[in-house]
Amino acid sequence: MSRIHKFIKKDIPIVLDVNSGAVHVVDRLVFDILDYYPEADCGQIMDKLGGRYKTEEIEEGLEEIRELEGKGLLFSEDRYRDLAEQVTGSGVVKSLCLNVAHDCNMQCKYCFASQGHFKGTRRLMDKDIAFRAVDFLIERSGDRRVLEIDFFGGEPLMNFEVVQAVVEYGNQRAKNTGKKLRYTITTNGLLLDDSITDFINQNMYNVVLSLDGRREVNDRMRRLADGTGTYDMIVDKIRRAVDRRGDRMYFVRGTFTRCNLDFSKDVMHMADLGFKSISVEPVVEREDNYYSIREEDLEAIKQEYDRLFHEYCRRLGTPEEFEFYHFKVSLRQGPCVARRLTGCSAGNQYLAVTPEGDIYPCHQFVGDKDFIMGNVFEKKLDRGISERFKGVHVYNKENCGQCWARFYCSGGCHANSYKFFGDLNACYKVGCEMEKKRLECAIAVQVIRMLKEEQNDKTV
Amino acid sequence: MKHIKTINEATLVKSVGSCVG
Repeated sequence: MSRIHKFIKKDIPIVLDVNSGAVHVVDRLVFDILDYYPEADCGQIMDKLGGRYKTEEIEEGLEEIRELEGKGLLFSEDRYRDLAEQVTGSGVVKSLCLNVAHDCNMQCKYCFASQGHFKGTRRLMDKDIAFRAVDFLIERSGDRRVLEIDFFGGEPLMNFEVVQAVVEYGNQRAKNTGKKLRYTITTNGLLLDDSITDFINQNMYNVVLSLDGRREVNDRMRRLADGTGTYDMIVDKIRRAVDRRGDRMYFVRGTFTRCNLDFSKDVMHMADLGFKSISVEPVVEREDNYYSIREEDLEAIKQEYDRLFHEYCRRLGTPEEFEFYHFKVSLRQGPCVARRLTGCSAGNQYLAVTPEGDIYPCHQFVGDKDFIMGNVFEKKLDRGISERFKGVHVYNKENCGQCWARFYCSGGCHANSYKFFGDLNACYKVGCEMEKKRLECAIAVQVIRMLKEEQNDKTV
Repeated sequence: MKHIKTINEATLVKSVGSCVG
């Protein structure tokens, strides 16, 4: 098992100590020594590197490595296994994905929800079921004070009346029970007008607005039922919604496919439209689909993340600066280890509710009858499914225990593992490779930021 | 240190503390 991970970005050699979380910037000497240390002894390292470096330099480098090793900042051990089920094992529910609409006014080709209906009947959630879901969340929340409800679908704005009613009811219930409810919504933007936008901006802690980037890219996948592209229908609405949102959280989020492996251009297009919080995610689809991402695409995708990284860094500190979701990583603190081991907590702390009130481990499992955990009107949840998900963590997932990125990606998406291999603990290699590439970029961005801050402090 | 600059400390050790770092 590798205890360190080293890489070079923008000519900066970076070393991550996997188990402590420490990050070091090193010179080429130490970077090269770490190719051999600790397996090789001092004499063997001299033999390997003596042609490139002086003996005293190599000794100096080794001394510094050993000093950090002694402080637990290099080659530290993984002592966290006992924490793996600490967070998810509490039995508390914190967060509900409320599928208020199993229907959609778009027919996007790559939609995991089968164009909104999740392979079932097109249906909107009624108020009784929505209110019962709110009660269910509060009843199951234990001592947890801040709870989340995410309005999802389908297209949740097709059931805006219920969204409004849930916010009003939820706020009342929260007030009476000493809780705080935070709401989020994910929308394709088609139904946004000033009235709906203002309601969202007043009540939603976060809003996710779907746009894939350039017009031709967006319209290849995101279409109406009659095949009409949607870019021109939504882009101004999304811009207006963001303009009116002020400094509150939002993400303009796209999906890239095999048809636009040059997705950095789509990110830049959205940045140039004025959006400051952007994400693009790779489509997750079986390989027999023409737009699905395959192993053979990985090299091109990694190069594209590099292009995005360089342009992103160029814009840092300028008016063009923006935030790319996957290039954010907290090196100063971040979540605790217990949280990092378990990821999203689907099937335990995070659940999805359908318009019928059925409960699933998360929105990705909705429609798969093998994963129905119960109904909001029932007292009991299927503990068997909860237990299955509780056991899905980085020490049980195939390959994760040896991976340098395990404390940042938390084992990846369980639904992707299941979708590809029928096994929650399987490893979706294509997703892993992309995640590791993004993490290298994210760590490098933070290193560059911190070095700049330090430089600025010195000049003040 | 001449060859190594530590950017952040052992955040994971210290921490032992929906749909990553």
